Amino acid sequence: MSKKLLLEHIDVEGIRSYEVYRKQGGYQAVEKALKTLSPDDLVEEVKKSGLRGRGGAGFPTGMKWSFLAKPDGVPRHLLCNADESEPGTFKDRYLMEKIPHLLIEGMILSSYALGANQSYIYIRGEYMFVMRIVEQAIAEAYANGWLGKNIMGSGFDLDLAITPGAGAYICGEETALIESLEGKRGNPRMKPPFPAVKGLWQRPTVVNNVETIAAVVPIVNHGGDAYAAIGIGRSTGTKLISASGNINKPGVYEIELGLPVEEFIYSEEYCGGIKNGKRLKALIPGGSSVPVLPHYLVCKTAAGEDRLMSYESLADGGFATGSMLGSGGFIVYDEDQCMVRNTWNFSRFYHHESCGQCSPCREGTGWMEKVLHRLEEGHGTMEDIDLLWDIQRKIEGNTICPLGDAAAWPVAAAIRHFREEFEWHVRQPKLCLERNYGLVTEKKFEAQPA
Amino acid sequence: MNESRQFTPELLEEVNRIVSLFPEGKQKSALIRVLHLAQAHFGHLDTEAMDYVARLLHLNPIEVYEVATFYSMYDTKPVGKVKLEVCRTGPCMIEGAEKLVSYIEQKLGIKDGETTADGLFTLKSVECLGACGYAPMLQAGESFHEHLTEEKVDALIEEYRANPVANYMGLK
Repeated sequence: MSKKLLLEHIDVEGIRSYEVYRKQGGYQAVEKALKTLSPDDLVEEVKKSGLRGRGGAGFPTGMKWSFLAKPDGVPRHLLCNADESEPGTFKDRYLMEKIPHLLIEGMILSSYALGANQSYIYIRGEYMFVMRIVEQAIAEAYANGWLGKNIMGSGFDLDLAITPGAGAYICGEETALIESLEGKRGNPRMKPPFPAVKGLWQRPTVVNNVETIAAVVPIVNHGGDAYAAIGIGRSTGTKLISASGNINKPGVYEIELGLPVEEFIYSEEYCGGIKNGKRLKALIPGGSSVPVLPHYLVCKTAAGEDRLMSYESLADGGFATGSMLGSGGFIVYDEDQCMVRNTWNFSRFYHHESCGQCSPCREGTGWMEKVLHRLEEGHGTMEDIDLLWDIQRKIEGNTICPLGDAAAWPVAAAIRHFREEFEWHVRQPKLCLERNYGLVTEKKFEAQPA
Repeated sequence: MNESRQFTPELLEEVNRIVSLFPEGKQKSALIRVLHLAQAHFGHLDTEAMDYVARLLHLNPIEVYEVATFYSMYDTKPVGKVKLEVCRTGPCMIEGAEKLVSYIEQKLGIKDGETTADGLFTLKSVECLGACGYAPMLQAGESFHEHLTEEKVDALIEEYRANPVANYMGLK
């Protein structure tokens, strides 16, 4: 088994089309599953694989599937979450744009495992051009007998459609996604009941990320055990990482979980190092909502061990000195980037995207944005820094959905690791506005008059 | 309602196709996509357009209003024929999104959020569009334009001036 499982054939010319995808071994996993595996066998393979949700939460997929309620006579649904909107994340787009049939094949396998006969892909509205590509691929799959009635004579029926959102980050939260798919505002639901019991149209529903569903294809092809042998510890298999920021080679990379962060940033195979010969200042490893890591915690953990691209290693040290693998939205900052400005930018994002249902999030995100903007513009006070800390603590854990946490964590981490930089914005506002505040902060400002 | 305020037969056929993707009685699930069609066809979603969509899908008008006002891609006020939507979030910011917005503001003589006097362009900075590795970027119609420079923006604006694209989700 090679290290590339999802993007193995990505460079084959015309891989977007059905014919080429099929020639490269596409839909063999469906043939294998429908002929040799029962739905329960398939769930078992996914459990054995150790596959964890690739959208950000990292919940074991096989376990999620086994929670699905199966009352007699009630249809069940599989929904694919293609509402990729977490700043820094563009891997699902890449996968759907380049190799749409991989997602469709994964949808057939996963729907079969769950006993779902009507499945949907919910894609963010801004990815309309990607939706066209996937919709074309779905039509090809129907035309070749992989969707519709009695697929390959197995007796299994599946209808699959893709449907767009219209611009709302919150619809990436699974119950908001369900609401949106029902044609409503994307307000997250109270849980319980969980979607596994009452989801789309009050029916048992599983929602999985694009990459998670695509990963089921190699799991079926090679077996759950073979998949679990890749990676490290409980971080099995491969992960798509979308790398952006001040690096030489931004883009989407498939890595074997367990790759050292240092290698990912500096090797020519991946990011190719920091742009313009600058130094690394900070890293957000898993999308804008996970804690930022200062340069001294990027390649090594606080315990002095190598930091690896895995769920466990990136989280090592908890939020005090660690972060999260999240969605794999890997944002690299060089020494010239201002952490106050960056935190303000993300706060504005969360304020804009709050659905407004819960007061701590609706009010708190706007408040944080305002205070951060004040600090960034040079009108802040030392008390503002403590105020920010206080607000984020009161949002975290006090909302229906995790958007509140997602808004609170980046603020908390920025203050935790870059407090000195916030203080400089109060002490030397003019200088901070004129030039971004860099890595060796004291030295940069030393020679300047107050 | 005059004729231009209704869908064409092709569009009505597309509505039927979209509705058929969902089970009987669940036609409300087609709403978001049908609103994209309505916006592309009518230019923006005023009350008349929303009421028309409500009748098409057998919904109460309020069910359409609350959706049309929740999602950021819908315009309930008139906008230019071409919307230039510049991503301003995180990675795009550090790659110069703010400069890009200022440049377009200067070039078109409008501020962020405004429409040119000839009704051709609206400039809007928006939140993350999922092109972080290809920053800075903007979306116009269904197209993403990435790795932007001032020269590329000049060419793009000329191109759209000569051949304006409809905003989102017309018929293909």
